[in-house]
Amino acid sequence: MTATAIETARPAGPRQRPGKGRRPEYRLAPFGLAGISIVLFAVFFVWPGSLGLIYSFTDYTGIGTFDFIGLANYEKLFGDPTFYQALTRSLLFAAFSVPLMYVMSLTVASLLVSNHAKGRSAAKIVFFFPWLISPIVAGVIWRWMFGESFGFVNYVATELGANPLAWQTDPDLALMVVVMAATWGGTAFNMLIFIAALKNVPRAYYEAAEIDGANAWQRFRHITLPSIAPTSFLVVLLSSLGAMKEFAMVQALNGGGPGTSNVFLIQYIYETGFKRADVGYASAVSMILLVILLSIALLQMAVNRRRGA
Amino acid sequence: MSTATLHPETAVNPRRRKARKVKELGTSIPLTAFLWLLAAVYAFPVLWFLLSAFKPGSELFQYPLSFLPENPTIGGFEKAWSRFDFMLYFSNTLAVSLTTTALTVMASAMTGYALAKYRDQRWIRVFFICILATTMLPTEVILSPTFIVIRNLGMYDTFAGLVVPSILTATGVFMFRQFFLSIPDDILEAARIDGAREIGIFFRIMLPMSRPIIMTLAIFSFQWRWNDYVWPLIVVGDERKFTLQIALRSIVGAENIDWPLLLAASVMSILPLVLIFIVFQKYVMNEDINAGLKD
Repeated sequence: MTATAIETARPAGPRQRPGKGRRPEYRLAPFGLAGISIVLFAVFFVWPGSLGLIYSFTDYTGIGTFDFIGLANYEKLFGDPTFYQALTRSLLFAAFSVPLMYVMSLTVASLLVSNHAKGRSAAKIVFFFPWLISPIVAGVIWRWMFGESFGFVNYVATELGANPLAWQTDPDLALMVVVMAATWGGTAFNMLIFIAALKNVPRAYYEAAEIDGANAWQRFRHITLPSIAPTSFLVVLLSSLGAMKEFAMVQALNGGGPGTSNVFLIQYIYETGFKRADVGYASAVSMILLVILLSIALLQMAVNRRRGA
Repeated sequence: MSTATLHPETAVNPRRRKARKVKELGTSIPLTAFLWLLAAVYAFPVLWFLLSAFKPGSELFQYPLSFLPENPTIGGFEKAWSRFDFMLYFSNTLAVSLTTTALTVMASAMTGYALAKYRDQRWIRVFFICILATTMLPTEVILSPTFIVIRNLGMYDTFAGLVVPSILTATGVFMFRQFFLSIPDDILEAARIDGAREIGIFFRIMLPMSRPIIMTLAIFSFQWRWNDYVWPLIVVGDERKFTLQIALRSIVGAENIDWPLLLAASVMSILPLVLIFIVFQKYVMNEDINAGLKD
């Protein structure tokens, strides 16, 4: 569409000598190509980002005027137990879900590249399927599985003679359901990344190790893990950032409940900003979360570099 | 890498071959069993959810639970269709997803190409870092300021508000940049010597070559938009403009959840993606492209 428009707008003139007259076009072309993205970047990242920083020093409520109140929002924040609760719950969630996600995706990927397991292409589709399911529907699926009086899991527990567990009214058990659901949904993509990495480990290493008598675990520990270290770093980084941003799935799974015990940071930002219309305060939380995300990334990069050196 | 690597010594001695075969069975059986046990664990929630959607409301909560529906019904689906206005939300979501996907692919291809082939200009390198930085500053983090920007632009509660802000994605730009980096500059130079214009080179030579990336990003982008919850949540207020995810959330957030309706509507909401997955499987599960995207 655009291509033809450009072609008709500029009929092919006499052929230019290479080098001559090309320079200004060469300078302008990338502007033309990236122009839309530059505008979008400015309008939807730089603008709200700067507004967020400014609002975090004000008492803005979303309408009317606002006054600068210095660091009052941040002071209030650091003395606010509900903020600390959201923060520790988010960190706890990340601490459980990231290692579990890593282990599960790597296990599944290893099985799927192993020559010994049968039916791998069918199994791969099964593991990939959750990728198609939206966070909201994933929340619905797990809420249905873990319903306290009607869920399948408690039904099986009672059939086996155990007591049904309070998956929705006990805050810690509710968090565990969120961890399981997040792992289930996140395995698919991480698994694909791991499969690509595992296939790139030279087979000769394994054959040499086998001749030297290394067993399967030793081969995995000393050949596979070091070879896929950059991929592991990537998966851990992306899953940690994703865990700190968890929002939609929890909305459908238990709405941050029971009560407000499993409200994570994004939900906290959403509720203070939209339901309580405290834009200034919500922006201060956003800035703190931004700092946390950056620290996670920088910390992991530093660890990764030191290990690589 | 091929999956079947023949061991050179297998062809040598029939007796050793047999011993080896026994040993291979010894590893193959437990590994296969483990793989399928895990697959069953991953598949079960979906199966349970699908089968439950076909149970009538009375059967959903009736003990003892049965795995298969005893009196299969499509009552939930009919209800979702008539009372829940499924078609409206479905077409809203479809329109938003298709429009955004087309624009995302176009913008990402052009930007990725600029970032890959004009790297000698300094602002290009700076802009690339800016694009990467957007992964650190996702919309979720700055919900309220983003809402105010949307409102100031007059995009609140509009179709444009659902589409325009989600066009730019770091992943899409990155996928195309990595692809165009892998295309030799010689092609570009040759076209320039032949007198082709810069924009013409992109549209007539480079873009057609990137077909696999176009397909993969289109599928990814469609999935992101179809399943997105955060943008529609802050942009849309009018119930007639809800997308599916927001509408589903309104059922699940109700005081008394209408489970037959919720299950049926959720099942119907995932069908388009399942269809796309079946048709375009090779583009979706292509590890090489996904890995290139994350390098």
